[in-house]
Amino acid sequence: MKGKQQTRRLLTYAGLGAVATVMLSGCGAQYQVLDPAGPVGQQELNLIVASVVLMLIVIIPVIAILVYVVYRYRDKPGNTAPYDPHFSDSKVLEVIWWGIPILIVAILGTETVRTTFQLTKPPSNATPITVEVTSFDWKWLFQYPDGHVATVNYAYIPVGVPVNFVLTSDAPMNSFWVPRLGGQEYTMPGMAMTLWLQAAQPGVYYGHGANFTGRGFSHTTFYVTALSMDKYQQWIAHVQQSAPALTQTDYRQLSVPSVIGNETFSSYPTGSFENTVLRDGGQYMAESMQMMNKLHPGTGSGSMPSGMTMPTTTTTNKTGHKKHK
Amino acid sequence: MPPSHLSHWGLLITGDPLIYGADASIALASIAIVYVLTKYKKWKWLWDEWLTTVDHKKIGIMYLIAAILMLFRAGTDAELMRTQLALPNLHFLGPEHYDQIFTTHGTVMLLFMAMPFIFALMNIAVPLQIGARDVAFPYLNAISFWLFFFAAMLINISFVIGGSPDAGWTSYAPLAGSTFDPGPGENFYLMSLEITGIGSIGTGINFLATILKMRAPGMSLMKMPLFSWSIVATSILILYAFPALTVVLALLLIDRVAGAHFFTITAGGNPMMYINMFWIWGHPEVYILILPAFGVFSEIVSTFSRKTIFGYKSMVFSLLLISLISYFVWAHHFFTMGADASVNSFFAIASMLVGIPTGVKIFNWLFTMFRGRIRMKMPMLWTIAFIPCFTMGGMTGVMLAAAPADYQYHNSYFLIAHFHQVLIGGTLFGMLAAMYYWWPKVFGFLLDERWAKWAFWMFNIGFYVCFEPQYVLGLMGMQRRMYTYPSGLGWTDLNFISTIGAFIMGLGFIFLVWDIIYSIRHGERDLTGDPWDGRTLEWSLPSPAPHYNFAVIPHVTQLDQWWELKQQGRQDELRPKASDIRPIHMPKNSGKPFLFGLAFFVVGVGFVFEWYAVAVIGFLGVGALLLARSFEAHPDYHIPVDEVVHTETALGRL
Repeated sequence: MKGKQQTRRLLTYAGLGAVATVMLSGCGAQYQVLDPAGPVGQQELNLIVASVVLMLIVIIPVIAILVYVVYRYRDKPGNTAPYDPHFSDSKVLEVIWWGIPILIVAILGTETVRTTFQLTKPPSNATPITVEVTSFDWKWLFQYPDGHVATVNYAYIPVGVPVNFVLTSDAPMNSFWVPRLGGQEYTMPGMAMTLWLQAAQPGVYYGHGANFTGRGFSHTTFYVTALSMDKYQQWIAHVQQSAPALTQTDYRQLSVPSVIGNETFSSYPTGSFENTVLRDGGQYMAESMQMMNKLHPGTGSGSMPSGMTMPTTTTTNKTGHKKHK
Repeated sequence: MPPSHLSHWGLLITGDPLIYGADASIALASIAIVYVLTKYKKWKWLWDEWLTTVDHKKIGIMYLIAAILMLFRAGTDAELMRTQLALPNLHFLGPEHYDQIFTTHGTVMLLFMAMPFIFALMNIAVPLQIGARDVAFPYLNAISFWLFFFAAMLINISFVIGGSPDAGWTSYAPLAGSTFDPGPGENFYLMSLEITGIGSIGTGINFLATILKMRAPGMSLMKMPLFSWSIVATSILILYAFPALTVVLALLLIDRVAGAHFFTITAGGNPMMYINMFWIWGHPEVYILILPAFGVFSEIVSTFSRKTIFGYKSMVFSLLLISLISYFVWAHHFFTMGADASVNSFFAIASMLVGIPTGVKIFNWLFTMFRGRIRMKMPMLWTIAFIPCFTMGGMTGVMLAAAPADYQYHNSYFLIAHFHQVLIGGTLFGMLAAMYYWWPKVFGFLLDERWAKWAFWMFNIGFYVCFEPQYVLGLMGMQRRMYTYPSGLGWTDLNFISTIGAFIMGLGFIFLVWDIIYSIRHGERDLTGDPWDGRTLEWSLPSPAPHYNFAVIPHVTQLDQWWELKQQGRQDELRPKASDIRPIHMPKNSGKPFLFGLAFFVVGVGFVFEWYAVAVIGFLGVGALLLARSFEAHPDYHIPVDEVVHTETALGRL
C-alpha cells in the first residue's frame, strides 16, 4: 500500500512539475500563449501567472495534507496516531478555510477586473490602424481601409501600433485568435466587434479560427506578419500596384464554402464589409448600426457608402449556401 | 478540402467500414438478446420484473446498466478521436465523421452516461437512506427512466440511420440551423435531448418531493445524510435549469423544421439568445453533475475513516451556496463574444466565488480523515484519487474564470483538459466510488478488489497521461474540434502521449467490466447487509433490501443513526418487531411508462425525419396513455402482514 501511495505522490509531483517547467522555463515560441509578442498577450500572461501562483497557495497545502493524513491515519494494527471519531467541529479551522479562499478570490478578482477594463481599448496616446476581418467558410478576408487593399488567409500589420481588428462573419460564427499577440474574439454574422492587438516585434504569427464551423474548420489557419511601419506602407503600395482588384464576383465567390490558399487584392468594392454586416442581420441590431456609423467616419474614407442606407437591396446578391426566405 | 465520402442508401449510411462495423454489431447484439431471451423463456420475466417495474431499486439498476453501456459507447468515440489525433495529417477519420463523433461523445457522455449514472445512485440510495419505501411518485419515476431510455436509443441509432448530429454538443445556432446543417442529424440531437430532458425534470420533481415529504419520523433536514442533501440541491437545480433547455431546443427545432427565425439573424432573430439560454441550463447542469458526487464523497470519507463528517453544517451550506451561485455564472462560457467589460467582470467574479464553497468542502473532507482510521477499500481509493485530481481541475477552473486570461484559453485544448479533469476527476470518480460503495446493497455481493485495483490504477494513470498534456497543447495554440492538425507546430509529441493515455484509460474500463463479470460468480457475498460498517439507514437493511425496503419505518434521533446505535450495541432497535408490522401500501407495476417512452420515441422519429404523420401517431399514443392512467382506479395495493412477516423471517430478521 505504501508503495502505491508513493507512486501516486510521484505522479502528482510529476504533473505539477511538468506544468511548472513549462510555465517558468524560457518557453519557446511553440508555447504561444506563454511567449507573447505584444502588450495584450503580455497582460493576459501576467494574469495567468498571477492566477497560477494564487492557486498554488491552495493546491500545495491540500495535496500535502492529503498525503500526510492518509499516511498517518491509515487503518493498520498498531497505528498509534490519535483516533477521535467525534472530532467534527472547529470554528477556528472553519474560519481559516472559508477565509483564505475569500481572500484569494478578492485578490484575483481585483486583478481580473483591472485587466478586463484595461484591455477594452488601446492606450489613448496611440493612434490605432483598422483592419476589417471577415470569416467565411473556411477562409479569412482582411480588408485594410487605409490602403483599400485586401488579403485572404494572411494579414500584414505594422509593429508598435495598436491594430483594431473589426470582426464579422459571413458564415456561422468563428473566433479570431492569434495566440502570440493576444486572446481571441468571436466573429459573428450581423455584428461587428473590435479586438485590439499589437505586435511589439516583427515576426510571423500563427492564427486560426477557434470556434468550430463545420467540415473545413481544421483548415482555417492564417498568418499575421508584423513589420516596421515603413515596410508596411511599402507593402501596401506594392499591393496597390501589383495585385488584381477584388470584384463583386470574387467577393461572392468567397462566401461559397471552400478551403483556399492565400490571395491578395489591390482594392475591394467600397462598403463591402459594412454591407456584409448589415445584410447578415446588422440591419436589425442597434449596436451594429452604431458601430457602422462610428467605424466609417473614423476610417477616413468619407461619406457612408450608398449600400449602407439600403441594406435590403443587397440581399439579392446573395448566392451560395444561404437559404432565401 | 477532402470531399464527402459518405453516401446514403435510403436512410442507411453506406460507404464506411466503421459504420458497417456498427451495423454488424448492432444486428449481432440484437439477435443475441432475442435468442437468449427466447431460449431461456425470459420474455415474461423481462416484462414482469423489469419493463413494468416501479420499484426504485430496479429502476436504479436499469439506469446503472444503461450508464455503463453508454460509457462504453461514448468512450469508443473518445478512442476513435484520440486515434485520429495521434499523429498529424492522419486520415483515419474524415472531417464529417470526426465532427459527428465529437458531437455524440459529448452529448452521450453528459446526458446519457453521467445523468443516468447519477439517477441510478439517487434511485438506489435516497429512499433507503431516508427511511422511505419508495420515491414519492413511483409511476413518474418509471416514466422518467423510459423517456431517458428511448431518448438514448434515438441518439444511438443516428450513427447508422440518417447520420449523427455534427454541430458539437452545444449545437450553437446558426451552425446547427437548417441552412448550414440540413438533414436529420441535428434533429436527432434536439429530439433525444428534449425527450430525456422531460424525464430529468420528472426526476427532479420526484426526488425533491421524496426527500422533503417522505423522510422517516425524527429525521429533520439537519439529521439527513449528506448524499440526500446533495440530491436536494441537485433536484432544485434540475427544476430551474432543465426547462430552459427544453424551451431552447424546442425553438431551434421549430426554426429547423418549420422555418421560423428565432435564431436566424438574417431575418431578425438572434443566435446569442440560443447561446444564453443554452448556458442558463448548461452551467447549472455542470453542478447537477458534480453535487451528487460531492454527496457520495461525504458518505464515503466518513464511513471509511470511521468518523463523523467534519463541519456538517458547513457542508450543507456550501452545497446550497454552490447551487445558488451556479445560476449567475453562465456567461463565462462566452466571455469572448463581445460583452462589455462590466458584464465580463461580473461573471468572472461570480465564477471565482464558486471556488470558495468548493474549497471548503475539500478541507472538510481532509479533516474528516484527520484523526480517523482510514480503510483503503475501493470506494475510499476513488475518493482519495478524486481530491488532488479535482483540486487541480478546480484550480484551472478559477484560471479560466479570469476573463482576460480566458481570451487565451477559450476554445483551446486548455479548456478541454479543464472540463475533463473536473468531469472525470469529479463526477466520474464519484460515480465509480459510489458504484463500489452501494454495489453490495443493490446486488448482495461485493465487487472483487483485485481486479478493481487494476481498473483503478489503469484509469488514473491513463487519465493523467491523457489530459495533462492537453493543458500544454492549449497553451501551444491548439484549438478544440480540429479533426487533424499540421506538423511543425510542435503539437505532435503531446498528442501522441495523450492518445496513449486514452488507451490506458480504455484498458481501465475493460478491467472494470471484467471485475463486474468476475464478481457475479466469485465476488464475496454480503450476508450482513453492512459490509463497510456503515453509518446510515440503508446499511441496517439486508442486501439486497426487500421490495418494500422497511418492514417497519424506523424512528431517527440523530445523524448517522445506524453507526451510533451500533456503537452503543443497540442495533436491534432497527430490526422490525412482528407486533409493529402493518399492511404495507405499495404501487402496482405498470406497462404504461414503458409504452409512454415508446410513444415518445415514435414522436422523436417523426420529428427527426419530418414525417409528421408518424409524429401525430406518437402524440396520440402519449395522449391515450395519459388518459388511460387518469382513469385507472386502483394503481396501488397492500402487502398483507403475513407476507411481510414471512419475508422478514426468511431474511432472519424476525
